[in-house]
Amino acid sequence: MNWIFAFIQTLLFIVLAPLLVGWVKWWKCRLQNRKAPSLLQPYRDLLKLTHKQPVVSHTASWLFIATPYIVFSAMILAASVVPLISIDLPTAASADVIVLVGFFAIARFFQALAGMDVGTAFGGMGASREMTVSTLAEPAMLMAIFTLTMAASSTNLASAIGYVLDQGMVLRPSFVFALFAMILVAIAETGRIPVDNPATHLELTMIHEAMILEYSGRHLALIEWASAIKLMLYGVLISNIFFPWGIAVDFAPSALGTALLWLLLKLAVLAVFLAIT
Amino acid sequence: MILFLAYLAVVLSLSSALLALLIRQQAVLATGFAKARDKGVRLPPAVEKFLVDALSPTRFQSRLQQLVFLCLGLAGLSAILSGLSVLVSDSIVRDQLVLGLPWLPWHVRLDSLSGFFYLIIGLAVAAVSLFGPGYVKDYDEQEDSFTVLGLFTGIFIAGMFMVLLADDAFFFMIAWELMSVASYFLVSFQHQEAANRRAAFLYLIMAEVGAIAIILGFGVIAGFSADYSFTFDAFRDTDLSVTWASVAFILALLGFGMKAGLVPIHVWLPEAHPVAPSHISALMSGVMLKVALYGFIRFCFELLGDIQWEWGVVLLVIGALSSLGGIFYAMMQNNLKRLLAYSSVENIGVIFMVLGLSMIFLDQGHPEIAALGFMAALFHAFNHALFKNLLFLGAGVIQHQVHSLNIDDMGSLIKRMPHTSKLFLVACMSIASLPLFNGFVSEWLAFQTALRVDVIDNAVLRSLIPVAAAALALTAALAAACFVNVYGVMFLGLPRSRHAEKAEETQDKGMLAALSLLAGLCFLVGVIPGMVISLLDNVSIQIIGNALPNVAAVNWFWLAPFSAEQASYAAPLVLFGVLLVGGVSFWYLRRNSALEFKRTETWDCGYGGLNNRTQYNSVAFMMPFRRIFANVWELDEKIDKKSSDVPQQVSEIRYQLQVDDHSWRWIYNPIERLVYGIARIIGRLQTGNIRIYLAYSFVTLIFLLWVVS
Repeated sequence: MNWIFAFIQTLLFIVLAPLLVGWVKWWKCRLQNRKAPSLLQPYRDLLKLTHKQPVVSHTASWLFIATPYIVFSAMILAASVVPLISIDLPTAASADVIVLVGFFAIARFFQALAGMDVGTAFGGMGASREMTVSTLAEPAMLMAIFTLTMAASSTNLASAIGYVLDQGMVLRPSFVFALFAMILVAIAETGRIPVDNPATHLELTMIHEAMILEYSGRHLALIEWASAIKLMLYGVLISNIFFPWGIAVDFAPSALGTALLWLLLKLAVLAVFLAIT
Repeated sequence: MILFLAYLAVVLSLSSALLALLIRQQAVLATGFAKARDKGVRLPPAVEKFLVDALSPTRFQSRLQQLVFLCLGLAGLSAILSGLSVLVSDSIVRDQLVLGLPWLPWHVRLDSLSGFFYLIIGLAVAAVSLFGPGYVKDYDEQEDSFTVLGLFTGIFIAGMFMVLLADDAFFFMIAWELMSVASYFLVSFQHQEAANRRAAFLYLIMAEVGAIAIILGFGVIAGFSADYSFTFDAFRDTDLSVTWASVAFILALLGFGMKAGLVPIHVWLPEAHPVAPSHISALMSGVMLKVALYGFIRFCFELLGDIQWEWGVVLLVIGALSSLGGIFYAMMQNNLKRLLAYSSVENIGVIFMVLGLSMIFLDQGHPEIAALGFMAALFHAFNHALFKNLLFLGAGVIQHQVHSLNIDDMGSLIKRMPHTSKLFLVACMSIASLPLFNGFVSEWLAFQTALRVDVIDNAVLRSLIPVAAAALALTAALAAACFVNVYGVMFLGLPRSRHAEKAEETQDKGMLAALSLLAGLCFLVGVIPGMVISLLDNVSIQIIGNALPNVAAVNWFWLAPFSAEQASYAAPLVLFGVLLVGGVSFWYLRRNSALEFKRTETWDCGYGGLNNRTQYNSVAFMMPFRRIFANVWELDEKIDKKSSDVPQQVSEIRYQLQVDDHSWRWIYNPIERLVYGIARIIGRLQTGNIRIYLAYSFVTLIFLLWVVS
């Protein structure tokens, strides 16, 4: 039962992620006084990309082709260990929060290598910048999470969130700092302004987009989907670690339903923040 | 039996050294063999046929080289067996050899700790023995070179084994010096170049200064022991006051740290490791540093008695300095072996940092967490030996095929050297501590140790340890960036030089087998870390006196040192997940065969003319880091621009970058000046005038007469 639930929760992660991207884009457009695309536009983009023939450079090696699958798998594994609507998650025991950061590291490692594989300046530039940003962001993220795990004396995300839930509303100064650090890391790692701009069309100002410039078709779809999941992961981490209220502790359908509603609400608010920055 | 295998390892490495001496004696051996046959010595026909073939002038050299490395391989195997059996049986074997001083025979002891290091050395030597025959073919044309190489390789390895076996200070120092001096000759192996001679000399000086510090450290303990027997057993029973124990600790840190390559006494390491032949660099970087680590653990955790938490703080600070300094300097190198040597400094820093944590927890009364830290340190030592050996041997293959060690001369090797590139990727992923590979597991254990800080009451430590954890996290992130650069520049992109374009995969099966062995172990240990951890449990019980808090939860599948609620890692499950998701997405997206991908030109923004000069190289890749962490290095950047007639247009641009180590300017150059100044003052005694010397004799005579009367 638990394992089936963990599976469903991971599926939910995968399915909801493009919606979150669409929601952020929608807000961004509205704030810039533009007409917004439909919330479902990211799904249509992904579907369209999977039906296109991918184009690969002559100079690319097997690593370039394998990378999208590796990145996608790493992100799904990361999604499978983060409690989304219930903290009673059996998969959380297979990988704790340090391993979670490790999954992000795997995805980044291969994306940066794939950027350098084709041998263009843009790929190298993206890879170099991505590694720089993440070198600064990864320790910051670990420290922000360690603030929580030291208090909960557990690196297992499910039990750490359970601990925060048990404590109730206590204002801890360390958590406030950790929250700010985590938001900054999320902005840097998901390629948002001011660190990067996912909507830029000037290659020189790109980080993430420069790195994946050579991808097309289903390869691009996988990478885009993986970065949508990554955005959602950071959103869920922030909302469930620092504001865990509403998350289900068991499998009662009503609790799960409320948890889902709460989560959507929290993510929606958080996404508006992202759109404003 | 265990002891027999342990001795066999030493004897076999020494015999490989002696066999190497025979390389020029083909004629003598052949005539001797012929005479023996004339006299009627009869051997089985198969053996005789083999000997006739091996002693023929054309075959002799390669056969003997193979024999030398076969001996080394057998030595490695027996070391692995003896190490494993002592670890599994959890026994302590002792012996005395009637060698050395008349009143002090050599005491020999093999226990779990030395058994574990025996295992590490055995694995490394076994890999090197597979790698060696293909690699040394290069040195054929040089006069006498294999004799020197083989002789000192054998002595060097035997020395390392003997350090582990030693159970008295006297034997320990003899073995230690054997290892140091033999490796000096290996560093100066290609002594035709002045830079290599300089590196070797620097190494010798620092090794000897370190050895003096170790002798003094032993001296401090011996001064307090009941009898002057100099055996480790006597040392163990000695009670030192905290002050003297701290003095001995500092001396040990200096002595063993010099060999291990801690910042700021690391400077010999990036000079010496790159100039030795690759398989020797692999042994020096992967294994010799571990022998220094062994000495340090033996000295501080066993011989010194009670651990003080202040020592742990010292180790934490020095370890953090070494790990960050090492990786920062590694990032700026473009000589592959120099880069790897600096990265060894980083890894040794990490190991010492975790050892420091272990000391702190031990003194604060939490031996079960101390045991975890101790095991994390040893596990990282094991992992580092595996992947650093793999990287150095890989560098050897690449140097062999591309004839360069400059990473900016390579590129696109992933297509030209398909096997080497995959094995090298495993090493890069391990050293960048990515999940599913071994580097990650030890890093995970280190973080778990640091995160138990909430059990400590001391406020200073409570605030210091999280900072150490942050340094550890930064080190890991920088290492990942460094090795993305290494792999990306060397193996991906377009070929950056003519040599790289013409490079081919090595045809030598032994070399590839050595790399595959190490890469396979990296992966295996990464997926089933419980194998090594259950071995380490006995070491921890012996040294710390405590096992893991939750031994039952450490098996082949789970890794949960405390309890599953607190922290757990199931690498096989992660591997299963990766394969499942990757496989399903791969299969799903590949269903439609009409969508098979198409190969075409690289996107060049419509300008055209992409070539190997328009891609990023390592200097460009590291530029953002140079801007952000500018003060970490002694940077000297020069940009030379020539503008053409058209305004705003640059016709020629030249960029020069020189990266120097701060420690030379702030520590070593002042010391050098000081020594030189003192030498000049003392040198005034030597005037070269005979009357002055006669006056010296006269004054000395008068002085002695006055003393006597």
